Amino acid sequence: MRVTFPHMGNLHISLKAMFHYLGVEVVLPPPSSKRTLTIGVKYGPEFACMPLKLNLGNFIEACEMGADTIVMAGGCGPCRFGYYAQIEHAILKGLGYDMQLIVLEPPERHISELLVKIRRITGNRSWWRVIQAIRFGFQKARAVDEIEMAAFKIRPRELRAGSADEAYNRALELIDRASSMDELLANRKKAMEIMNGVAVDQNRRVLRVGIIGEIYTLLEPFANHALERQLGRLGAEVDRSIYLSEWVNDHLFLGLVKGLRSRKAACGAAFPYLRHFVGGHGQETVGSAVNYARAGYDGLVQVFPFTCMPEIVAESILPGVSGDFNIPVLTLIMDEHTGEAGLVTRLEAFVDLLERKKEFKEAFVQ
Amino acid sequence: MKGYLGLDVGSVTTKIVFMDEGGIIREAIYMRTQGRPIATVQKGLKELCSRLPAGVKVKGVGTTGSGRYLAGVIVGADTVKNEITAHAVASSLLVPGVQTILEIGGQDSKIIILRNGVVSDFAMNTVCAAGTGSFLDQQAARLNIPVEKFGEIALQSTSPVRIAGRCAVFAESDMIHKQQMGCSLPDILAGLCEALVRNYLSNVGKGKEILPPVVFQGGVAANLGMVRAFEKELGVPVQVPPYFDVMGAVGAALLAREAVARKGISRFKGFGLADLEFKTRSFECSGCTNQCEVVEIDENGAIIARWGDRCGRWSSAGREAKIS
Repeated sequence: MRVTFPHMGNLHISLKAMFHYLGVEVVLPPPSSKRTLTIGVKYGPEFACMPLKLNLGNFIEACEMGADTIVMAGGCGPCRFGYYAQIEHAILKGLGYDMQLIVLEPPERHISELLVKIRRITGNRSWWRVIQAIRFGFQKARAVDEIEMAAFKIRPRELRAGSADEAYNRALELIDRASSMDELLANRKKAMEIMNGVAVDQNRRVLRVGIIGEIYTLLEPFANHALERQLGRLGAEVDRSIYLSEWVNDHLFLGLVKGLRSRKAACGAAFPYLRHFVGGHGQETVGSAVNYARAGYDGLVQVFPFTCMPEIVAESILPGVSGDFNIPVLTLIMDEHTGEAGLVTRLEAFVDLLERKKEFKEAFVQ
Repeated sequence: MKGYLGLDVGSVTTKIVFMDEGGIIREAIYMRTQGRPIATVQKGLKELCSRLPAGVKVKGVGTTGSGRYLAGVIVGADTVKNEITAHAVASSLLVPGVQTILEIGGQDSKIIILRNGVVSDFAMNTVCAAGTGSFLDQQAARLNIPVEKFGEIALQSTSPVRIAGRCAVFAESDMIHKQQMGCSLPDILAGLCEALVRNYLSNVGKGKEILPPVVFQGGVAANLGMVRAFEKELGVPVQVPPYFDVMGAVGAALLAREAVARKGISRFKGFGLADLEFKTRSFECSGCTNQCEVVEIDENGAIIARWGDRCGRWSSAGREAKIS
């Protein structure tokens, strides 16, 4: 069995580690690129959102490299993502790629449902081994998220342009390379040393921007035109409302790991504005907006793929949050037609707005 | 005479202004970009130079518009700013106390909300470009009327027809339908203006609080039919400032004045750059899977700028101090 899975930011580091730990062969699709998108657009339905097209592209590219089994997350509720795995499987079948499909869905009753699916991949390895593998993958996700958070802090403060990104790539590489728990522990330390070694100007005034929205476009830099990097270069320290490990903990482990930010907190904060689940991360988006506003962030950027229903619901609610907390919100909608120049213009103007607003506020306080 | 240059290099048109030290616009040039921004900037500067009195000194230069980075390296800009900031800055100077700016240009339309002289919110058309200057341009061409006459004819209308304005393609189909039904040209044009205003307010203005003074600018503000349609829909007077069509360039000049005041000297290369030879070349970088398309600009045999890469491998190489 040669397993493949779609890309979503740094997800591959964690999943690959898990499968390797179990001795399962992995075919990693090349990182999402223009080619991936072109393939996905060609074979995917036009009105599907960009994540489907990129996933499809990933699978076809992995197939070309000899993968025969797809492992993918599923979902439930109003967001269409829930049936994407099936649709993609059907499209692949139509194209003549004979792939086995394993969908990892949030367990309805008990975590054992998830374990049964994992069993299909792992064969006869002991449960203990499986749990260790999941734990290993999860620890990698934690390490990757930690590095990402460090990069968010360093990027707007770096003294030499591009040094934060260089360090970030080197640190990720270290985490990716670790093949045992001990090695991961050591590499994680080394990686953080690399991140902390970047020369920064601690006194530089930076803006704080919260990024909220749909998970795939939040996590996948190819899909969001490296939004975090662009904001970092413009002098904004960003924080993302969802990190990979938090999502895994919430949706696959049902909150088993304590001490991580959870969706419950975000949904709770959404309460006066949006009191029920609207699919996807719509409720979390609204709640995170409230949380960031309360934490004194300067601005918010909402990002989602074109036609994403849960986020459209959130988008129509955000002006209320924006007005109540006096925090500007910029909404960016991504699909295969998004021109980067227009995106950069909007981001620049938004950062200008935040800067002038901050100056004005500070002058007023004095 | 001393002063500042502002360039707004847009998708359809390029605007250049010369503003003297007192903030008065001395010269303004409005020309079509015709897909050749570099040649257009050079031609525009040549023309400007011939119009200005001899011995004029340029103390600073700023660029804006979608071609701002390109124009910036060509002229040696002191400031390169996005068009939203530039428009807001220009409007606050020319129309003191402005609270709402409606801006419709060739490719983009935007709304800028100012409160206490500071931009407090803005929006640009997302996803589609229905209801921008290019569409009006195209319809005028289809009907064989000069685009400048568009508004005048629309004003003759007594009962505008209702046109489906959600999308440029639908609007055109509906216009043709109304035309085949025998509606008069003024009524159709006025109807189109109203449709574009509705489309603008629901897609770009989306629930924003539009308070007077309201300023309407950008090339489309020349269209009196559009001005009338906005006033009718908003119920407040809509002002079209002088230089409404070169506001971005005015803003760029103002920002250049600020930038030069901060750092003292200008990087302007002089009007002689109109005779330099600029070449651009592009290649696909194979450094990683992003396969970015990198563009390099060559000035008389020396590469002066590169961009397009996501990682900064090309764009940050050998670049001196970052332009503000």
